[in-house]
Amino acid sequence: MSARRIVITSGKGGVGKTTTTANLGAALAKRGHSVVLVDTDIGLRNLDLVLGVEKRIVFDLVEVVEGRCQVRQALIRDKRFESLSMLPAAQTREKTAVSEEAMVRVIDELAEMADYILIDCPAGIEHGFRNAVAGAREAIVVTTPEVSAIRDADRVVGKLTERRMPLRLIVNRIRPEMVKSGDMMSVEDVCQILSAELLGVIPDDEEVIDTTNRGEPIVLDDTKRLAAIYMKIARRLEGELVPFTNLESPNLLKQFFTLWKAG
Amino acid sequence: MRAFETALETDPAVAPSAALRRGRAIVITSGKGGVGKTTTTANVGAALAARGKRVALVDADVGLRNLDVVLGLESRVRHHLLDVLEEKVALETALVRDKRNENLYLLAAAQSREKEDVDTVQMKALIAQLCETFDFVLIDCPAGIEMGFKNAVAGAHHAIIVCTPEVSAVRDADRVVGLLPADWRPELIVNRLRPDLVRKSKMLSVADVNDILRLPLLGVIADEPGLIVATNKGEPLAYDAASTTGAAYRAIAARLDGEDVSAPTVNTEVGLFGKIGAWLGGRA
Amino acid sequence: MIEFFRSLFRPERSSTTAKERLRLVLLSDHLSLAPDVIEALKAELFAVISRYVEIDANNADVSFEHREHDVAMTANIPILQLRPDRPAPPPPAPREAELAPEIVAQPVAVEAIEPEATAPVPTPRRRRRRKPAQAPQVSQPQVS
Repeated sequence: MSARRIVITSGKGGVGKTTTTANLGAALAKRGHSVVLVDTDIGLRNLDLVLGVEKRIVFDLVEVVEGRCQVRQALIRDKRFESLSMLPAAQTREKTAVSEEAMVRVIDELAEMADYILIDCPAGIEHGFRNAVAGAREAIVVTTPEVSAIRDADRVVGKLTERRMPLRLIVNRIRPEMVKSGDMMSVEDVCQILSAELLGVIPDDEEVIDTTNRGEPIVLDDTKRLAAIYMKIARRLEGELVPFTNLESPNLLKQFFTLWKAG
Repeated sequence: MRAFETALETDPAVAPSAALRRGRAIVITSGKGGVGKTTTTANVGAALAARGKRVALVDADVGLRNLDVVLGLESRVRHHLLDVLEEKVALETALVRDKRNENLYLLAAAQSREKEDVDTVQMKALIAQLCETFDFVLIDCPAGIEMGFKNAVAGAHHAIIVCTPEVSAVRDADRVVGLLPADWRPELIVNRLRPDLVRKSKMLSVADVNDILRLPLLGVIADEPGLIVATNKGEPLAYDAASTTGAAYRAIAARLDGEDVSAPTVNTEVGLFGKIGAWLGGRA
Repeated sequence: MIEFFRSLFRPERSSTTAKERLRLVLLSDHLSLAPDVIEALKAELFAVISRYVEIDANNADVSFEHREHDVAMTANIPILQLRPDRPAPPPPAPREAELAPEIVAQPVAVEAIEPEATAPVPTPRRRRRRKPAQAPQVSQPQVS
């Protein structure tokens, strides 16, 4: 089996790439797929932390590339999802320790072991970005509805388009009440500016910080609204046409106004 | 810049000594992206300028510039950092004066170039040149610890670490502190604090963060939706007399300027640290 | 003036401000990132103008200026002389009888803000205005 290889990128840091990688990966695993998550943020790794596997790291990406271990030895299997594993980045090295060719070799090898490979890209558009993109065949661009994030996402969309890589957009941290009051750009605004197809819309949710603190991806808890949203994104990724949810305001009065879309 | 570089390398008498140097060059860094470096650089710079200091802000995020947008100066940028380093234009020509305060200047990053196009020797010389005419030179560092970070740190004398109360950010900040010159004593700004979440033990407290980082605390900024609006408009909150976030930035500027301002107390010192545990490796 | 009163009675939402600023900033970013497109634009522009006047192509240049509310293209094209074999101008309308013949540009591959000729050529008093330039890579999507 040869996996789908998807890089999750953004340009701007802190918009939710790692959280998205972890939760989307977990959602796909929940749906029965075998998934490998790859952290390419060498020197500033965090995917292990978000997944809660930081104490179980033995080998890392750089050691795999340098031939000091087999890729299977470096993979950490998630204890909560049978079919989910991750390849951690090195912490005390630099991104230049790995070349694009080496990344392609590693991803090629992983592709024989899974249905999906999600590659967590670091912030920026330099070496780390090029490494992360090297092994991918499609991209998910994550942005928030803020000027700086959209500008950086635009840059990344440009770079991906140069490589003819199909890409889709996730708009993260949308605050419907701020969109309504005109203090935040809407999802439509963002898609129009970036000219990208929408894969998902994720509302701002304070639960994310808590789940990261505990190393428990939010997808683990079916009662959380973000869990449902990530599951829908997973289904869209599989190819299903899932309509975007209308997020109704809990305030009855506001139901007279436009319902905001999310999902 | 080549003549400048050669002069610096071969003639020690030309290198500006601490006595000759007028300005303090401070790099604002974090490791983790999106924690508020650019917003902090813009607002602290604006607040210092409002106190009558001559301030130069340098955007070192080549390829992904945003300091111009946060300041609302994007339509005034004609030249950038690399134009100056490659001697296409004089430094004075490239500096953009702020719309609201004549003490504040911006040197924008190049948008269509890469961080690898700049080297640390060039940056040192440029920052030294800026320090001759400005009281404060604030350098907005990009995310990461690669060439962009190294360039931003080169030439600075001091660092401000911006960190949010989240495990990833704290971990990255710790890594960055370990990469700074050993004799520096960087100061910490905790950004995007949510006192309500800290009270519910859903977020690290300032004490939790600093138990790990152990840095002198320069300031604490609570999360505020007004910051999004401010960036939308390109109007730093430091200029807004009514904004509490603006007041926090002004207090930070006062402290940097040598004033003895008492650190803001956040009434949520309940720590979450015990549960996080010692997952951090060494700083090596 | 009208804009001042408009802003007084209906303050613009910051999201609208943000969108407009982004539009301009991205246009500027795209222009500085597409040197090959700009070269193609220059080549076609100079070719069109050369049909009417002989130009000093080696000293001609095109630049983009990011202004407060738009991005403007300025073309600096030294003109040496009129071409004897230039295309005939359209017959002037009655009120245009006094004006110098209008230079009518042919459609170019990339829509451009009209250039300014800066050499000593009688400046036409009326110019055909084109729509503002679109960033080369951006196309309008439909959101599903």
